[in-house]
Amino acid sequence: MHELSIALSIVDGVLEEAGRHGTGQVEVVYVRVGRLSGVDKDALLFSYRVACGDTPLVNSRLEIEDVEVVIYCSQCQGERTLRSFPLLICDDCGSAANRVVHGDELEISRLEIAA
Amino acid sequence: MSEPRIVEVRRKILKENDRLARSLRERFRQAGVVVISLVSSPGAGKTTLLERLLSELRSDYRVAALVGDLATENDAARLARSGAPVKQITTGTVCHLDASMVERALADWSLDTLDFLFIENVGNLVCPSSFDLGEDLRLVLVSTPEGEDKPLKYPTIFNTADLAIITKLDLAAATRVDLRVLGENIAAVRPGIRILQLSSETGEGMTELKETLVSWRENRAAHAA
Repeated sequence: MHELSIALSIVDGVLEEAGRHGTGQVEVVYVRVGRLSGVDKDALLFSYRVACGDTPLVNSRLEIEDVEVVIYCSQCQGERTLRSFPLLICDDCGSAANRVVHGDELEISRLEIAA
Repeated sequence: MSEPRIVEVRRKILKENDRLARSLRERFRQAGVVVISLVSSPGAGKTTLLERLLSELRSDYRVAALVGDLATENDAARLARSGAPVKQITTGTVCHLDASMVERALADWSLDTLDFLFIENVGNLVCPSSFDLGEDLRLVLVSTPEGEDKPLKYPTIFNTADLAIITKLDLAAATRVDLRVLGENIAAVRPGIRILQLSSETGEGMTELKETLVSWRENRAAHAA
């Protein structure tokens, strides 16, 4: 259950970023979580509530956007969205992926701040 | 009441850990020490492999280890029998090591007196994967009694590793594991990864692992020169 560590990092990061954008209340925090990141969505939502505790984010909401795994296939010479996760194998031609283009994301994408 | 403002951020959640890991990696590079971390499920044989590696590498190289566990200093005591400097990191309730724990543990170490530093992570196939420790190489271990499908169940940790090691080769026959399928499953979730097989008990495969680590170190030194 490392989602609590992740949630604490989200809270720290959001407070730092929000501080650069005035004093408005952060209402919604949008994060992007790749399927290959190893983070469980429900555990993260639960942990976020705990991590907000008595911080200024206590009334904020976490919105998690899933990011599908996209690989680069050198056989097909292009990017392919993976349907056969966790196998990093091109669904079109069956060859092994050369690299992961998307899917390991763990990022704060945007904030909704009260005017 | 006006509409809320949307602020684009695009910031890595683990930005602070990544920053610390980068500065550790730079420190390791400047000191000329190769840092190798070990991850696996509990009981896959990290400590036993490390005991053997420390003992065998010690005749030719200056080696040391950090070892993470939730509680007890048992693993540090085991590893210290090799004679190498060893430090235990107890994480309390935390299920993984992060860069700040490594930084704190190394605060009073002179890294330039070392050739290899090993970091044994907490036994866990999920949580350690997200946290960069500044290591040069991440070794993922899977033992033969765990069966063929561990890589498919825990793809992320295999995907973040640089070298896979199948341990407890001496138990392969008794556990009826299909080593070919296990190897295929590792390759399926981490295409192109090198896979070694060994037994820390009998010593089979140890030479190949040592040679791999040593040649990796030499290659890096050559690039740095």
